[in-house]
Amino acid sequence: MSGHSKLRVTLLTGRTIEQGVGKERGKASKEYMESVSVCYMDAEDLRKLGIKEKANVLVSTNYGSVVLKALKSLRAPHIGVIYVPYGPWANAVVNPETHSIGMPSLKGIPAQVEPAIDKPLLNMQELLKKQFGKK
Amino acid sequence: MPVVKAVTCPVCGSVCDDIELTIENGNIVKVKNGCAMCESKFLGYNGEHRVLKPLIRKNGELVKASAREAIKKAAEILVEANYPILYGWSSTSCEATRVGIELAEEVGGVIDNTSVVCHGPSLLSIQEVGVPSCTLGQIRHRADLVIYWGSDPWSAHPRHIERYTNFSEGRFEKSEWMGYIDKIKAFIARKKIESVIRRLFLKKKSTAPSPHLEKDVCPAISKEGRKLIVVDVRKTRSAEIADYFIQVEPNKDYELLQAFRALIRDQEIDVDKIAGVSVENLEEVADAMIRCHFGALFFGLGLTMSQGKLRNIDAALSLVRDLNMRTKFVIMPMRGHFNVTGANTVSTWQTGYPYAVDFSLGYPRYNPGETSVVDVLLRRESDAALIVASDPVANFPKKAVEHLVKNPLIVIDPHMNATSQLADVVFPSAFVGIEAEGTAYRMDHVPLPLKKVVDPPRGVLPDEEILRRILSETRKIKKRKQEAS
Repeated sequence: MSGHSKLRVTLLTGRTIEQGVGKERGKASKEYMESVSVCYMDAEDLRKLGIKEKANVLVSTNYGSVVLKALKSLRAPHIGVIYVPYGPWANAVVNPETHSIGMPSLKGIPAQVEPAIDKPLLNMQELLKKQFGKK
Repeated sequence: MPVVKAVTCPVCGSVCDDIELTIENGNIVKVKNGCAMCESKFLGYNGEHRVLKPLIRKNGELVKASAREAIKKAAEILVEANYPILYGWSSTSCEATRVGIELAEEVGGVIDNTSVVCHGPSLLSIQEVGVPSCTLGQIRHRADLVIYWGSDPWSAHPRHIERYTNFSEGRFEKSEWMGYIDKIKAFIARKKIESVIRRLFLKKKSTAPSPHLEKDVCPAISKEGRKLIVVDVRKTRSAEIADYFIQVEPNKDYELLQAFRALIRDQEIDVDKIAGVSVENLEEVADAMIRCHFGALFFGLGLTMSQGKLRNIDAALSLVRDLNMRTKFVIMPMRGHFNVTGANTVSTWQTGYPYAVDFSLGYPRYNPGETSVVDVLLRRESDAALIVASDPVANFPKKAVEHLVKNPLIVIDPHMNATSQLADVVFPSAFVGIEAEGTAYRMDHVPLPLKKVVDPPRGVLPDEEILRRILSETRKIKKRKQEAS
């Protein structure tokens, strides 16, 4: 498959130890931002997109889109599945549907991922300003 | 330097109570026995992200204010609101939650805790099916088969395996830690030998399977001693240390659980694969489940957040119920925050319901899907919010947050987080379990005392005290209004 294409994937959100350490350090900390503004992808999916690790990617769902830094997953193989740690960046694209029981659908969401080399990765304040108009 | 022993860790639902802290000049300088998250909290809690003065939004900017001014502003917001949300509670003490419920009743709001976005479906399912469970101590001493399903304790509860399951030294079951170390040593030695042979004979890189891959082609669970099985959609870090790993396809947990139920009842399955896993492998695991003397199934958000949600938990609870006809088996949700169980417990004592409690009619009502905070926000019904020890802006879907931040927002939290940045009133608070005492409930419903090991910064109060003052001010304002009318 040629580079710069779009991939249809399944989005999972969840915990990582880096996110856990970052959140305890402080949600405004650099460690926290670096731990949650990432997208773990299978090496094969990175190859299909024609990008290298640490390149920016645009993850889109029916509920929104967000730029994240692509990282090669150490938990591979999981071709067609991307993993974004819980946080404000993941929230931009998760499914708010609660199916009448209170719990939004935060795992197993159909998504699309594409290279976004020219799009910036926003920091916390920029992201909040863009999404909610406050900072 | 004074060393404080047996400190309870205020991070995850494992609530380890063997932490040792070295204190120097009123600061924690060393942490013993803690995991990475525990160290990060005890050593980094007082960093540059700490809020030290109350803040009030004026002309679009958060500016410093006196405690009295902030209390008055917060109380006014809550009294003025018709349907305020009071949310959070999982990272504070049971004592603070108790005051929060009193405040919710006083202002006629909806009080919800973070279980609504973690194990809320588990609670709903437990109410329907029941839960055969026990304490973690019993599992430590007796469990010879442990299953983590949709849960990665290595990342989210780093000492769970070491303290309560396979790597803990129980009275009747021994730790598997040395066996794991031997396995890793053997794997490294084999890789080294292969590397030498490759260099000597200039052979191409071998594709020798890792010890974990070996398990995939050799599904027999035949080892002696405690067995660890992990079921997940990815090969997590916990899966790497497991004796057996089942990689289920995303959103297919329900099928897999029901397949296990059929196998446990000796029913035949007519297909070759279920949820991406061969039935032959499932039969091996089902056999191991039946043959164990004491099994424990821990489940995480992989079940509660995926398609099926509470129905996945129904299936897991039913599987354990079925297993109890063949052997002894228990099940337990892997609770995330250190006192989310306490928030549920206190809420149940006080109102009859564990979360999503609505006081707008003057008495407690519970109907998750209607009275749960995400649904209230999605329907755009609330008109103010009080957030305690939580960060919904970082945890709720964007659409819910849009309504949350549109209305007056009060935050009580020691750190500046995403929610505080968008708030109208921010209260700094003391860290419970470090700078304030309290009670927390471990994931197995065992209450543990949280210690105060250092003093909070001057003028910074515990959550409980801030809530009491807001409650008192709220009552004063309501009384004045009644007298005026």
